[in-house]
Amino acid sequence: MSDYRVLPGPEHFLPPAAASMGICLPNPGEAHINGVIAPEEKAYEEAARQFLMAKVPTIFPGPLVLWAWNEKAAKKATAVRHLFNTLVECVQPGQKPMLIPMPDYRPKYPKINPEVEINPNHPNLTIWHNRIDCCMFIGVHCHQANLSLKIIRGGTSCYTIAMCAQAGHEDAMLSFRDASVEKIMKLADTVKRLKGTVQPRLASAKNGVSS
Amino acid sequence: MADIHSVIGTKNKKGQTYTDTWKLMNEAPRTPSFFTGSEVIKEALRRASCDVMIAYPITPQSEAAALIGELFAEGYIGDYFRGESEFAVMSQCAGAAFGGARVFTTTAGPGTMRAMENFPMWSGARLPIQMIVTCRGINSPLSIQPDTLEIAYLLNTGMLVWHAETAQDFFDWILKGYMVSEEPDVHLPLALCCDGFFVTHTKDVVNLTPADMCLPPYDPYRSPVPCMDMECPPVRMMRDPFVMKSNYISYATHASWQQEIWAAVERSRKHSIHWLNGLIDTENTDAEIIIVASGTAVSQGREAIRLLEDEGVRCGLVKVKTLRPWPEEEIREATKNAKHIFVPEFNVTGWLAKEIKATIPNHERVHAGPHVCGGMTMPPEIIVSEIKTALGMKTFSLAGRGS
Repeated sequence: MSDYRVLPGPEHFLPPAAASMGICLPNPGEAHINGVIAPEEKAYEEAARQFLMAKVPTIFPGPLVLWAWNEKAAKKATAVRHLFNTLVECVQPGQKPMLIPMPDYRPKYPKINPEVEINPNHPNLTIWHNRIDCCMFIGVHCHQANLSLKIIRGGTSCYTIAMCAQAGHEDAMLSFRDASVEKIMKLADTVKRLKGTVQPRLASAKNGVSS
Repeated sequence: MADIHSVIGTKNKKGQTYTDTWKLMNEAPRTPSFFTGSEVIKEALRRASCDVMIAYPITPQSEAAALIGELFAEGYIGDYFRGESEFAVMSQCAGAAFGGARVFTTTAGPGTMRAMENFPMWSGARLPIQMIVTCRGINSPLSIQPDTLEIAYLLNTGMLVWHAETAQDFFDWILKGYMVSEEPDVHLPLALCCDGFFVTHTKDVVNLTPADMCLPPYDPYRSPVPCMDMECPPVRMMRDPFVMKSNYISYATHASWQQEIWAAVERSRKHSIHWLNGLIDTENTDAEIIIVASGTAVSQGREAIRLLEDEGVRCGLVKVKTLRPWPEEEIREATKNAKHIFVPEFNVTGWLAKEIKATIPNHERVHAGPHVCGGMTMPPEIIVSEIKTALGMKTFSLAGRGS
């Protein structure tokens, strides 16, 4: 097993792809936390904990859930909205959950407005100048997600979570695989269950993490 | 597109049953058949649920492109046409794959080189195209004979590169290859190589799966990149990629993009091990002498080992099945007891020996050779001679063999 760990950055001018460092994707029924394979149950707890600790916990829904191209996508979108609403209900004063859509991957000219949208080709900007300290990708095509996750790890201290409908993402600090409506709802339930048990990082964020 | 699992057990327009691939390859009855390698490619494609085959007639290296045209006429291939050159063919393959089709093509030698610009583009665009490479000489003066030098050029394109030894490998790996390269965490093109003529033109007994069973169709909705409407492509995305901008984040994104391709090659390792039963095959790796080879050099190495055994020299064998992903750990483990490692190759530069030297400790153990090229055969006796010479044993010369 690799000694490499997928941790919040800033890691490097050009961080390596975690897969090239020997990090493997989880098998069905598993997740990974920091590059170590873990039971999915543990990942729900850790993801919820990270959300509740963050100053600006953010969900980035991508085109695969934003566009109602089939019934499953529409249901997932509803579940994502439910997760966001749950976050809003469960955080403490001073925390600011956000839901920032990523409708497509077209280059944005003359420049992307990072205050209103995310684009995986410009993820350092989209972490809101490092004010977003925890984010979850969902419904983002895997290739595009991996690009962003690596760049975020390279240049920011943001904790990244991937709720992937396929095989998962080594370049996130925590990754689920085979994402479904049920898994999104279960994460929302876990957030609700842990409400009030996790101390937010507000003090440290104020002192520099969000610089 | 219905979920892939929902089509298992249903029939396609030719009456073939979509079959779980693991069951098709490992449990379905096999029928021994006596075919050339080219015919085997055709038979594999018959079972591959292939949407599009684009052909450049690479005869005389292989008849596969023409034979697959017959399959199209019979209704087994969704669409089939001939490109005006190898470059055009590979570009057209990209278009078909961008649009979400399972794509197949063939090439060899100079054709591979002519089309080379497309291969990093395929992998960069995450297109799981399968390309058969029936290797032949690439240099001037023109040669149509087997020579594996072109594989060296494919190794850094970001494609998966497998090297088949036999027609049986070819049949099985064409079908299994789609399963690996279409995994969403991989989703890369596969160059499935063999030594032309030796595999394509000779007849061999190949155990075929039933012709009325076929692979499940490709599901483009699992792709890690969006499929494109190729009748109305998103021109701005194609024409004005972010990489054309000159700023830090554009460069960083392009760098991340390249890393992601090689990460995907790494991810293919798990799937390749699953489908190919390991990235290498080994025999007698406790021996102090090991032959490491790929392609038909494995067969010649195996015969050399038999000849050496007759003389009381024990020798092991490592058959390298995948060149990308490169079986680094496996080769290191398989050669850890070896004092001498011989790498016979059908090319002049010895690219496989270089890869192995870069992989193992104490690489002075590697004897890069014997080499033949330009279409020469590699009699097992020259491998024996190379080994015996290195061991300080008396050997004979094959120099006058052609006289």
